[in-house]
Amino acid sequence: MADELKIKVNGEMRPVTASADTPLLYVLTNELRLQGPRFGCGLAQCGSCSVLADGKEIRSCVTPVANVVGKSITTLEGLPAIYAQQKGLARAPALHPLQQAFIDVQAMHCGYCYNGMTIKGSELLAQNPKPSEAEIRAHMNGHLCRCGTYPRVMQAIKLAGNTMAGEQR
Amino acid sequence: MTIHNDLPFSRRDLLKGGGALVVGFHLGGMASPALAARGDVAGPPDPGVIDTWIAVHTDNTATIYLGKGEFGQGNTTGLLQIAGEELDLDMSQLKWVALDTNVTPDQGATTSSSSIHRGGPQVRAAAAEARSALLALASTRLGVQAGSLTVTKGVVSIDGHPARSVTYGELLGDKPFNVKFTGTAPQKPIGRYKLVGARVPRVDIPEKASGKYVHMQHLRMPDMLHGRVVRPRGQRAYGDGAKPLSIDESSIAGIPGARIVRKGDFVGVVAPEEWDAVKAAQALKVKWRESSTLPGNADLFARMRAAKTTDTVIADWGDAAAALASATHVATATYRCPYQSHAPFAPNCALADVGPDGALVISSTQDIYNSRAMLAVVLGLPVEKVRVQYCEGSGTFGRSCYEDAAQAAAVMSQAVGKPVRVQFMRWDELGWDDYGPAHLADVRAGVDAGGRLVAYEYHGWQHGWMINETTHELVHATPPKELTSGPPSIPVNRMSTGSMYAVANRRVVSHAVPMVGYLKGAPLRSPLDLSFAFASEQTIDELAFAVKMDALEFRLSNIGDARWLGVLNAAAAAAQWRPRVAAPSLSHAEIVSGRGIALGTHHVSYGAAVAEIEVNRRTGEIVAKRVCGALDAGQAINPALVENQIIGQMIQATSRTLKEEVRFEPTGVTSLDWSSYPVLRFAEHPEVIPVVVQRLDEPSTGAGEEVMGATAAAIANAFFDATGVRLRQYPMTPERVKAALAAART
Repeated sequence: MADELKIKVNGEMRPVTASADTPLLYVLTNELRLQGPRFGCGLAQCGSCSVLADGKEIRSCVTPVANVVGKSITTLEGLPAIYAQQKGLARAPALHPLQQAFIDVQAMHCGYCYNGMTIKGSELLAQNPKPSEAEIRAHMNGHLCRCGTYPRVMQAIKLAGNTMAGEQR
Repeated sequence: MTIHNDLPFSRRDLLKGGGALVVGFHLGGMASPALAARGDVAGPPDPGVIDTWIAVHTDNTATIYLGKGEFGQGNTTGLLQIAGEELDLDMSQLKWVALDTNVTPDQGATTSSSSIHRGGPQVRAAAAEARSALLALASTRLGVQAGSLTVTKGVVSIDGHPARSVTYGELLGDKPFNVKFTGTAPQKPIGRYKLVGARVPRVDIPEKASGKYVHMQHLRMPDMLHGRVVRPRGQRAYGDGAKPLSIDESSIAGIPGARIVRKGDFVGVVAPEEWDAVKAAQALKVKWRESSTLPGNADLFARMRAAKTTDTVIADWGDAAAALASATHVATATYRCPYQSHAPFAPNCALADVGPDGALVISSTQDIYNSRAMLAVVLGLPVEKVRVQYCEGSGTFGRSCYEDAAQAAAVMSQAVGKPVRVQFMRWDELGWDDYGPAHLADVRAGVDAGGRLVAYEYHGWQHGWMINETTHELVHATPPKELTSGPPSIPVNRMSTGSMYAVANRRVVSHAVPMVGYLKGAPLRSPLDLSFAFASEQTIDELAFAVKMDALEFRLSNIGDARWLGVLNAAAAAAQWRPRVAAPSLSHAEIVSGRGIALGTHHVSYGAAVAEIEVNRRTGEIVAKRVCGALDAGQAINPALVENQIIGQMIQATSRTLKEEVRFEPTGVTSLDWSSYPVLRFAEHPEVIPVVVQRLDEPSTGAGEEVMGATAAAIANAFFDATGVRLRQYPMTPERVKAALAAART
């Protein structure tokens, strides 16, 4: 039977009708109709479904929805707002600086893995605005890209770090 | 008479309303194509009229109806540049729509890197003809001859009198051209190009960054069910199918709304909630007929060599046997190349609504019209009752499981009378892919004392490609169907086997292995060219070493074609290649480094690569540090797009050369996830330096596949440079590296 859960997603409390064991991904995509997190493997191997839970990247495809009750979930859609909060900006920009950097370096091909690339890259930049190449490689290593765009992801993370350094409050 | 020039339903418009992307449609029933709104009748629309290709709107924009799909390669941007150039519109004035068998022209499959190569000239000619028609209208309107008109951003004005002007939108706004597409309208001279050749940003990237882009996996229909296929984990030998002997329906009785769909040997489940469909597919107990007829990885190549083959002589110049007999040095070796998976990052997904009167199927197919024809057979419907729309999924790199998913969704929808969305699971996609076929090669080549290549001989063994899709075969329980010659067999590619060298005696023979008893095959990006280049370019490298020549110098001295020389020199320059003989100072250090150079192609473009690698002699690990790739694809419509493609090709080729191999036992495939089918990871990626050799005066040719082979072979040649040992089988895994180094020591 469907349980009655409430989860906080992108700043809003949302009621959920799915059963408690349903992976968060299916709730986000089918009930809340969010486009950021998306199915890739269902095995926590690729990073396609990544979201932030209290600012930390998790794999929504293997996380039962009941496990995130009481946590604050941020999806790709909520990244600009959480960035504004982190930076103390008066209003949220249209895009997180990493999203803008992906456009600036023309990074993606199919773009499907970029939910995960953006979530994970933003997590890194929130902790470490000037990551070295080695730090970027290590941090991003759980996120696969089949089109082969890793070099441009690397370039964009560095570029976004520079942008963010210029947006100190 | 009013003709409605409405856009076919735009997914983006339908997206409005809370992100829930819900599509709806009505099936064609209009009496006359001439009276029907665009999209109301089964296509393909008449390619012989300009209205099929272009619509001009009152706001002075234009929609270009492209017949090639966007797969992330940027072809949409390139094709719009071509159209905008001829029409004198800028990118902000150009729109495009998703492929749809009721709407978009049949430009053939989006395969073989043909969008710009073959699709581009059609779009250019249509746009030029549209411009001529618009100038004729403007000539009448402005009362001057067309020859004294100029166009800037769709504003037509009289030379020297810019105030006397009229826009395209005012001339035609949303009315039809009613002009035949003759292909004879004058085209803009290359010297006046502004958009073509420019580094225009991709039109699809902003929404892919924001997350608003609609991928296939995002689409939903009202009142739909979620479907999953149920099959043995990992395909068996082709020809053995997947025969359910019994199905225990009670095994999913506790899952709300879950239902079994069985048709022939096809088994699937549907449920209102997606997670329930996933659980049902895993819980359903099926007893499958056993199969144990595959060779397994261990016996694969021996079985291929022993197979009763259909042989074709692909090239036969001079007398290769005699020239080999009299050559000063001969390099002879056997090369072994694996099955590899398309392994799209997201498993394929499709949405189908099938009723008694017709069907709408949305998938990530590379060929909507062929998909429609195949679906019509599977569903038993007339082809004009099936409408297929394309929606981009994740990169497919050839024929991944998109048709299988589309047919599975359609079969289940037909059975349950509701729309069904099928998402393959990771193990479905990897386990039931039509793989890039394995390849076995015997190569011999010889040089004279002066270092001139005098003989070249290549024998290759491989099987061909699937004709019908798996769902089709299961539903109809059809016997295996394959061809060993002609399409869709895959002969050795003459372009990839020594064609770049000026060699008087050359013989290339293709040995077609029957596919029954092996794994299912299909084109995988640069089909088999990695394998051909891996074998061929290592042979060339061995000869350079034998005559103590630098690997670049040896190639330069044996090539006459300026375009091959162009890419070779460009790649070498990017890598700051310094001449020396390979493997000059072998070290016993734990980590040794090497560099390699190689050529490759797919059909007509020219590719060259330099790879710099490190080899850990203790662990056997290879790290690709830097790869430089040069591509001459003739007139590069947008060099930035080509650079992006070079980067993607080189990373993917590095992955395929170092890591990828479909593992299988006699009983079936065991590569079912990213652990059992590893691909190159973020931390492992080399730096890539892409170089576009721009040739504005040459026809545009493909740019999505032609550096793959060169990259693979350059890595292999770098391994020899680092270790003094040849590795003649890929992927070049730590186990194989250690074994090769150990064998060389004894």
